[in-house]
Order: sequence, then C-alpha cells, then structure tokens
Amino acid sequence: MTNNNLIERHIISVLVDNEPGVLARVIGLFSGRGYNIESLTVAETDKDKNVSRISIVTSGTPMVIEQIKSQLGRLVPIHAVCDLTEMGAAIERELALVKIINHGDERIEALRIADTFRARTLDSTLNSFVFEVTGNSSKVGAFVDLMRSLGEIEVARTGVSAISRGNQIDLLAK
Amino acid sequence: MPKSAPASASNASEMMMPGAEILLKTLEDEGVEVVFGYPGGAVLPIYDALFKNNKIKHILVRHEQAAVHAAEGYARSTGKTGVVLVTSGPGATNAVTGLTDALMDSVPVVCLTGQVPTHLIGNDAFQEADTTGITRACTKHNYLVKEGDALQSTVAEAFHVASSGRPGPVLIDLPKDILMAEIAYKPDGVRQKAVARYQPQTEPSADAIKAMAAAMMRAERPVIYGGGGIINSGPRASELLTELTHYTGWPTTLTLMGLGALPASDKHFLGMLGMHGTYEANLAMHGCDLMLNIGARFDDRVTGLISGFSPNSMKIHCDIDPSSVNKNVAVDLAVIGDATRILEMLLEELKAKKFKPHKASLDKWWAQINEWRQRDCLKFNQSSSVIKPQYAIKRLWEMTSDRDVYVTTEVGQHQMWAAQYFGFQKPNRWMTSGGLGTMGYGLPAAMGVQVAHPDDLVIDIAGEASFMMNMQELSTLAQYNLPVKMFIINNEWMGMVRQWQELIHGGRYSESYSASLPDFVKLADTFGMTGLVANSVDDLDGVISQMLAIDGPVIADIRVTKDENCFPMIPSGAAHNDMLLGPEDQVEKPISEEGMVLV
Repeated sequence: MTNNNLIERHIISVLVDNEPGVLARVIGLFSGRGYNIESLTVAETDKDKNVSRISIVTSGTPMVIEQIKSQLGRLVPIHAVCDLTEMGAAIERELALVKIINHGDERIEALRIADTFRARTLDSTLNSFVFEVTGNSSKVGAFVDLMRSLGEIEVARTGVSAISRGNQIDLLAK
Repeated sequence: MPKSAPASASNASEMMMPGAEILLKTLEDEGVEVVFGYPGGAVLPIYDALFKNNKIKHILVRHEQAAVHAAEGYARSTGKTGVVLVTSGPGATNAVTGLTDALMDSVPVVCLTGQVPTHLIGNDAFQEADTTGITRACTKHNYLVKEGDALQSTVAEAFHVASSGRPGPVLIDLPKDILMAEIAYKPDGVRQKAVARYQPQTEPSADAIKAMAAAMMRAERPVIYGGGGIINSGPRASELLTELTHYTGWPTTLTLMGLGALPASDKHFLGMLGMHGTYEANLAMHGCDLMLNIGARFDDRVTGLISGFSPNSMKIHCDIDPSSVNKNVAVDLAVIGDATRILEMLLEELKAKKFKPHKASLDKWWAQINEWRQRDCLKFNQSSSVIKPQYAIKRLWEMTSDRDVYVTTEVGQHQMWAAQYFGFQKPNRWMTSGGLGTMGYGLPAAMGVQVAHPDDLVIDIAGEASFMMNMQELSTLAQYNLPVKMFIINNEWMGMVRQWQELIHGGRYSESYSASLPDFVKLADTFGMTGLVANSVDDLDGVISQMLAIDGPVIADIRVTKDENCFPMIPSGAAHNDMLLGPEDQVEKPISEEGMVLV
C-alpha cells in the first residue's frame, strides 16, 4: 500500500501528428486533469510523416502515471506513448544557456567551474560570459546554482529530452 | 486566402463546387438524414445550400444548446450520430454545454460551427470566438478547416471519431471563405484514408476473456454491474447481457446510463445502484466476492466513498476505453474491447468450459439478496389526496407499459424517481443527462427523439425548474408538430437542491424555490398546444389518459407534494452500506465534514 502512494518522477515520450493545436491539446489534458508538468519539450522528428516528439517530465503516484499514459493514448493525434522511466535505463539530457555578469576573482572562478562542467563559452565581454552546459537535470541545476553564487545571472533552459538505451525503436508512427 | 484546388479539375471524375455543397454531400455520404441547427452570418453559405437540398432535413431550434441536446436525444434513441449546425461566436459558445454533456455521457455527435473567414481569425472579428480553443476540453476531438482540400476528409474523419471506440462529440469549425471557395469533390477513397489514424481497440484479447471466465467459475457471491457502454455498443449487447444473466443465474444491477440493457421485469434485476439506487443493489455490490463491470466507469455516484467500496471483491472491468480502467477504483482484471464482442466471446468461453455456478453458494447469495429485497426500499405512502411524485411517475409507467415508450428526463429528484419507478424493458428508450446533470436537457432531447421516431410515444419527465431552462423549444415542437408529452412534476422547488439543503445545510433553503412560475396550461395554450393540470390523486389518471390520447404536444402540470425527499440515498462521503432509507434515517446518520465538501 505504501508503495502505491509514493510520488514518482517519470519521463514520458509521445509521438504526435504535427498539426496545429496538438501541443495545446496535450497541455490542456494535463492542466484539465490536474497533472503536473515539470518540463516539456517538443520538436518535429520526421518531416515526411509529419510527426513530432513531445517529451514530458511529470510526477505522480503509480496510478496517476498510468492514467496520464492512457489519457494521452486516447487523444486522436497521438501515435504512441512511451514511459522511458518504466522501461529502465534511459538517457536524459537538457541544455542551459547561462549568462553571468561579474569581474575579478569571481570571473576567473566562473571560468574554472565552467571548465569542470565541460561547459562551452559561447560569448564573452570584459565583464560577462555566456556558457552552454548540457547534461542531466541535476548536473545542469548544479551548474546554474554555482553560477548564481558567483554573479548576476540569466538562464535559458530547455526541457528534458530523453531516449532509451539499446537498439529498440520505442515510438513508431502509425 | 485559403488554398483550394485549381479552377479546372484535372480529373474528369472530380466535380468543382462550393465548400458548403461539398459539406452537405459529405454529410449525405455519411448517411445523415437530420440536422439540428440555427442560422447566422458565418453559416449562410450552408443554409443557402440547404435551401436547395432535399435529402437532409433541418430542424430549426430556438437556442443552440437545444440543438445539441436534440442531437443527443436523436443519437441515444437510434445509435446513429447526431448532427448539429450552428454559427460562429455565440452560436458556438451556446453549444458548449451540450457538447460537454455529450462528452460526459459518451454520445456520438458531430457539431458543425461557422467561423469568420481565415484571414480574419485572431482579429477579434464580428461574431468571432476561439471555438477550437474553447471546445478543446469539452469535445472528444475538434478541427479547424483551414484549407478547402481538407474539408471532405475532415468531415469523414470527424464522423469516424465520433462513433468509434468510446463515442463522443466532435466539432468542426468552418471558416466562411472555405464554405464559399470552389473545391474539388472526390467521390471515392476519402473515407478509407480518413479512418486510418484513429483505430481504437475493439477486439478483446482471448487471454483476458479466458481469465475472466476462470474467475467467474470460482465466484460464490457474484454481481454483474452493467452501464452505458452496453447501450452504446448496440442492441445486440443488451441481448447478450440478458443471455449472460440467464446462463449464469447471476444478480445484475445497472447504472443510470445502463437502464434498459436488461429488462426491468427480469427477476435477476436488482434495480439501479448508486447514490439513489436500491438497497439490494448497493448491498449486493458491497458484499459480493466478484464484481463483473461491463461498460460502466465506477462513477462517484455509484461508488460512494471509494475506500469503503466493495472492499472484499475481485473486480473485473470490461471497457472500450483503456483510460477508464484504474481511474477511480483499482481493478484486478481489465478487459479492453467492445461490449458486444466481449459478451460474445465470454459466452462462447463459458459454454466451452461448461460453466456451472456453485449452486449452494449462489442459492445462499440469492436468499440474502431476497432478504434485502424484503426491505422494499422503494415503497412510499400515497395516503392523502395530494399526489406524491413517486406515485405520479409509477402511474405514468403503469399506464404506458402496454406500448413502446421513449422517456427523457431533466435533472433532479424527478430524474431519480423516473429511474427508480419507470421500468425499461429495452435499450435506447431512456435518455437522461447522467455525467453532467444538465437541467434543461429533457425537452430538447425529447424533440430529437421524436424527430427520429415520429410515430412513437415520447415523454419528457420534467421538474418545473428544469423545464424553464429550455422552454423556448415549445416553439420548435409547435413548428414541426412534434407530439412530445411533457410530464412536469411540479413541486415548486428545485427538489434535489432543497433535499441537500435540508439534509446537509440545516434546512437553509437558499435560492431553491421556483418563484414566479408560469401557468403551464396557459403557456401551452400560447404555443397552440394542449395544457392539462392535475391537482389531486383523483385527477391524475384522467390527465394521463388525456395526455396520451391527444395527437400533438401536451404539457401536463402535475402538482405534487412539495417536501418529498428522494430515498434511498447514499449521502456524499458515505459508503454503500451506509444508506439513508427514509426520513427516520436522516437524524441518526448525519453527514460528515468530509462528505459536505463533495458534490
């Protein structure tokens, strides 16, 4: 019983027809039924078949997660729904662009930390940098927190994109 | 400007015609015979094409909400998809309540809405509304046709989506310039392509059926719990349910939406279950060891307090919608598929395995159920000359039981009494707003039913408050001479609200009195129809016979006791075995704090 009430974080990938309103439909489903969206990304994956892939990070009890997947599955423009967390090993990545304004020692420290995180410097002035960092959410979050303590920052983050390990295609367009 | 096919058709078999005509042709291809609608600027091209069209009959309503409810009544009484035609802006927004109703009760409806021309969308044009945005949450699916080439296939897909899998309302938003553009009509191949992307599972898995049959063979205190999904699947599903009930000898209960799936007179029928269901049905559900749900969705009106719902039973859920499974109640076995196919395969499997119920256990279970039946939970006391509402409905049923009758209701106490006292022997005879509980549903729905069945008896059992919500449709009844019988249970209060205010809110009757009611007899008269009134028990039978004998629409104002409460009742926050059976119970079992918060 206790297991069934534990909130779990799941990454759900959905293959959808790339038609106007499809994103609004998915988001409307989540907000209408009170499901949580931690992050969401969407982009076209197959121009010929006109399909896009939506990656949603959500959280809820196991019963809620099952509901989210079946509710998504019954939308007309949805081709396939895949729970990457349930399937096991999945690779998660997100990207953040971090602008930091500082000088002196803190500027040098920022550069050193960026190096440690294997972040790339995309822009530089005498008192600012723009770094690009990729990794899973916790790595990106850690980087942002460190930068925040070193100067004035601005952050633009993408959502989480994910794909399963191995040689199986999870989402097939109909 | 919208893209449309070039002016000269390259293929000799493709004809060029305005979008509005393509629309009507596609409706004809889909077998549409009736459209319920109301004109407006954005849909003038369609109305122009309708003027010359002999195949599709248009019923002009007096409010767009009524058009959708009429389409629902039409759909539920025939199994066909109801069709609505309304204009942009307010026309579309007026349809929202009806669409939400159809979504909650899984009724197949296609709603065509006009829209401003494509180049004006988003400009706050006259009578513009973000129809697809607004209706995204209250339809099964919706479309905005932005290109003429997509018109035909969109309509074909819409009908397919509305009627496949779990039925529901589908909206198509049609900009006026698309309706006026010259487009090529494709006579074949459109439908095959249109159905490709939506293919819900209807065929159940053979393994699931085997597991279900195996579980059934072990059951000692079983109950079959049937719902609206059986009705939606078609009349064959109801025949198969009856066959299953007789083959197994199992007690069967039905939800509000499922009434008629098993004949009410069948000795296995326990009556409706749920908040106002019978004592025996609710206790059987509570005490069973196997619950076989076919086409129902474990709605909160049925389950009551979920933690106390049938705690010791194995639950099998047969549903065509996978998202319905494990939504409210965790079940032990799910069988996804169409009810007719599930029942067919189940009966085959049971016969192949030579199913025999455990006679001793089943007899003992029936003995317990029959003991519960002794409680006679639906009895009431018609002692004085003032008509009791239960008596009025029971008499109506008794006096119409010799013929085929279609019943719609509004929402409230009268709706529950109609469900309790009107015995439905066949499916598709009972049309009521279950999931959304829309007051004002009954009269327009009855209109839709009468249009589908012009020679049959159609009765709207109404409360006087609900009746006022869509009474402008009396004009529609008069225009088309639809002989709907409006049986108004007039207690001068919004009965169900008043009951809850009595039980839960200390008798503070806030805004639940029906003030300034019209004289219903004079109201009928102003629309050129007959009005009758029954003031006492002595009047009742005479009014009913007169109502049935008159060849035309009739309003019967049945004046009943004002303070009758609807029992049994499982108060919100209580479990099945905590039913209130009558006024005596009210004091002993007050409603809890948690219960008060629930609707």
